[in-house]
Amino acid sequence: MLDERELAEMEKELAHYENKKAGCIGALKAVQKLRGWISDECLKDIAQHLGMTPDELDNVATFYSSIFRRPVGRHVIFICDSVSCYVVGYRELLRHLSYRLQIKPGQTTADGRFTLLPAACLGVCEKAPAVMIDEDVHGGLEPPEKVDEILERYK
Amino acid sequence: MDKKNQGKQKPLTGSFRTDGQPLELGEYEKTGGYEALRNALKSMSPKDVQEEVKASNLRGRGGAGFPTGQKWSFVPAAEGPLSRYVVANADEMEPGTFKDRILMENSPHMLIEGMALAAYAVGAQQAYIFLRGEYVRSSRVIAKALAQAYEKNYLGENIFGSGFSLQMHLHLSAGRYICGEETGLLNSLEGKRAIPRVKPPYPQVSGFMGRPTVVNNVETLCNVPHIIRNGAEWFKDLSLSEGGGTKLYGVSGRVKRPGAWELPMGTTIREILEEHAGGMLEGYRLRGLLPGGASTEFLLEEHLDMPMDFDSLQEAGSRMGTGTMVIMDDRTCPVGMQLSLQTFFARESCGWCTPCREGLPWVVHMLNAIEEGQGEMEDIDLLLEQARLLAPGHTFCALAPGAAEPLGSGVKYFREDFERHISEKRCPWGQNR
Ligand SMILES: Cc1cc2nc3c(=O)[nH]c(=O)nc-3n(C[C@H](O)[C@H](O)[C@H](O)COP(=O)(O)O)c2cc1C
Ligand code: SF4
Repeated sequence: MLDERELAEMEKELAHYENKKAGCIGALKAVQKLRGWISDECLKDIAQHLGMTPDELDNVATFYSSIFRRPVGRHVIFICDSVSCYVVGYRELLRHLSYRLQIKPGQTTADGRFTLLPAACLGVCEKAPAVMIDEDVHGGLEPPEKVDEILERYK
Repeated sequence: MDKKNQGKQKPLTGSFRTDGQPLELGEYEKTGGYEALRNALKSMSPKDVQEEVKASNLRGRGGAGFPTGQKWSFVPAAEGPLSRYVVANADEMEPGTFKDRILMENSPHMLIEGMALAAYAVGAQQAYIFLRGEYVRSSRVIAKALAQAYEKNYLGENIFGSGFSLQMHLHLSAGRYICGEETGLLNSLEGKRAIPRVKPPYPQVSGFMGRPTVVNNVETLCNVPHIIRNGAEWFKDLSLSEGGGTKLYGVSGRVKRPGAWELPMGTTIREILEEHAGGMLEGYRLRGLLPGGASTEFLLEEHLDMPMDFDSLQEAGSRMGTGTMVIMDDRTCPVGMQLSLQTFFARESCGWCTPCREGLPWVVHMLNAIEEGQGEMEDIDLLLEQARLLAPGHTFCALAPGAAEPLGSGVKYFREDFERHISEKRCPWGQNR
């Protein structure tokens, strides 16, 4: 069941579109922001609210990389693996992060604190290599140990 | 030709604050902001606005360089109250590109005014800013600017008492590079998977919700207020080339000062790289560069004196693309860099066309093998064959041809490095970890 707050956040998004279906990506994101990820059950509830079938909505949800259809950690780290980061130390950063967190891209730490995911260019190429943690971009992570202090801010 | 303005004026970035904060509405107005919209609504017809933009030789900054005024003129003349749309393409996910973010974070009202002028020119009453979800700072800056613009009635009903009304919405996307392809974008905006549409019909005739829609890049739209305020001739004078205006060029990679600079269109690659980016970092040598993002052909040192503009780079077999270059230094393995590029394209393919959906993962597989020292000499020709199959004409959209550009040129220019990986059965840079 979607609660009052989730419904309200969804409605705020839907107001910008000509019909509910057109606003479905915004609706998914609004609920995900409050819940962390979109479970099957949650998907069904949202679909019903939008007048879509669950399959129709899942067809959309599974297309987009920042809609999570599986559980993620409390914080999601997107590491940019595109070319500008690649040429200035992406590999070292990835190796360091994987070692620090003991996970590979696509995995979540045992304590549920971080999920590590690959990302396409984050658009901060002048400050490569970069990661995005939740809603914050952190660039200039060379040497990779610079990320250690940043991770401490996400509990 | 008297090019008196060129190099001195920076209409896009000259008014930016030095502390990195966005220009507030009042500050934007002080630099002449919203004057163009006021004047256009008072004393120009939509057709006049179109003609002025056409005369300015403004070409689209989203990568393809399509003449903007001409694009607008394809929107059929208004009949009745049915809706038309203007959409700002702020999806900016081309690897190596960060120019639109700079414009949005520093001068959000410039984009809003540009969109309002575009909407007036084509008779649109609804506008969307299609922003990639990762640009959180841009989204906050734009949301605030939109609220201010509505408050002052620069947006909303009956703007400046002219009878022209415009609603503008901010759409936050949810990832995937293909959302930037204009027809994929429109599907995404309709709440669907971002699968490109067949063209024709072009969006100007049948776009968002099947209605006439103009999709323009953020930087393109940001130029419009300046053209309307200062005139087409002034705009043409800013440029060293045929296409008018300045360009926000960028450099990333192992250079002394990675960044972006607004310079006359047609500034040489050498000037951008050596003067503005400060040249290569100590201990690194230039081996090649992608002039305008990941989906442009590699260029070499011998091309440095080329002007960065649409026509010149096309002659050199490449493209200006987004005008933000990525530098390949001598300590970067060309196979590894190619692998990074193709991994991106393979992952971001929407999966609609066979050469793209099947070919790109195969390319990644072969590059991986070569990088790991397990490649075969035949793989090199297979890679070139794939580049040929991914080229224009074989696929629905330009993502696959975009992947073919660095692939074909990279294998051609750095073939020896590919061969060394294969004959030595390892990456000579020791990068296959
Ligand atoms: C795969 C792909 C991704 C694209 N991404 C963008 C983008 O993020 N931003 C953009 O302005 N144009 C992008 N384009 C180009 C658009 O399709 C379109 O040409 C452009 O937005 C038109 O604007 P302009 O005429 O102002 O250049 C992309 C094209 C392709 C094929
Ligand atoms: S070329 Fe690739 S991204 Fe473009 S429509 Fe075909 S499969 Fe999709």
